[in-house]
Amino acid sequence: MSAWLLVAIVVLSTVASDLLQSREMKVHGEIDEFRPGRWGRIMARVLRRRWLMLSIFFMAVSFFAFLVLLSIADLSFAVPATAASYAVETVLARLILKEHLNWKRWAGAALVIAGVALVSM
Amino acid sequence: MQMPGRAVALKVWLLTVVVVLTNVFGNFSLSWGMKHSAYGLTPLGVLRTVFTPWVLAGIALLILWLLTRLTLLSWADLSFVLPVTAAGYVFTVALGRYVLNEDVSWQRWTGAILIVAGTSLVGATPPKTTGKREKAA
Repeated sequence: MSAWLLVAIVVLSTVASDLLQSREMKVHGEIDEFRPGRWGRIMARVLRRRWLMLSIFFMAVSFFAFLVLLSIADLSFAVPATAASYAVETVLARLILKEHLNWKRWAGAALVIAGVALVSM
Repeated sequence: MQMPGRAVALKVWLLTVVVVLTNVFGNFSLSWGMKHSAYGLTPLGVLRTVFTPWVLAGIALLILWLLTRLTLLSWADLSFVLPVTAAGYVFTVALGRYVLNEDVSWQRWTGAILIVAGTSLVGATPPKTTGKREKAA
């Protein structure tokens, strides 16, 4: 399988997974528990939310595609190349999650995306 | 419990550091384990590779990464978390260069500097701009 096809699979599944996770955690509300045992129990309960389970499925798809990618490409190619998801996710965070992006967020995201593109050369 | 602004900022940054480090070392450990595997690229070989110490350590770190990142996402926007945790790419490039001995061109270093600039810019914005701010966990 070509490296770029694997990159596409990783990117699409990452986008789906992150959007679902962000949405679910916004709905859940802030977690302010730092004792490891109780935090662990809260997280175990969080992970049973239906949409979060779906996000974990997409994460698993992304993870295994990424493992195969790592076995045929350098780490310093594989990690940055799969970060094309940043551009898609930033736009969808505005459109779907209704986050308010001021100019610093857009500019910062643009710098990160440009940086990631350069890093993957 | 409502924390004052400074404490909120501090907890967001502390957790961001944990999220970045578990991701960087998790990926590094996975990559090391995959590259130094004694088994082939057959399905069975990959499966046996998953149960080697470096790969297992990588998976454990990435599980911790998932849980801490979900917690961070409960406090902060996705459009905040993505750029600030991108700081990890800079560490990944450095690890690739100095530990895995991969070639790192000047483009990659320039990219790393742009990422740091973008991370700093987004880090200067309020972490959360949506919906409900408080809920008992």
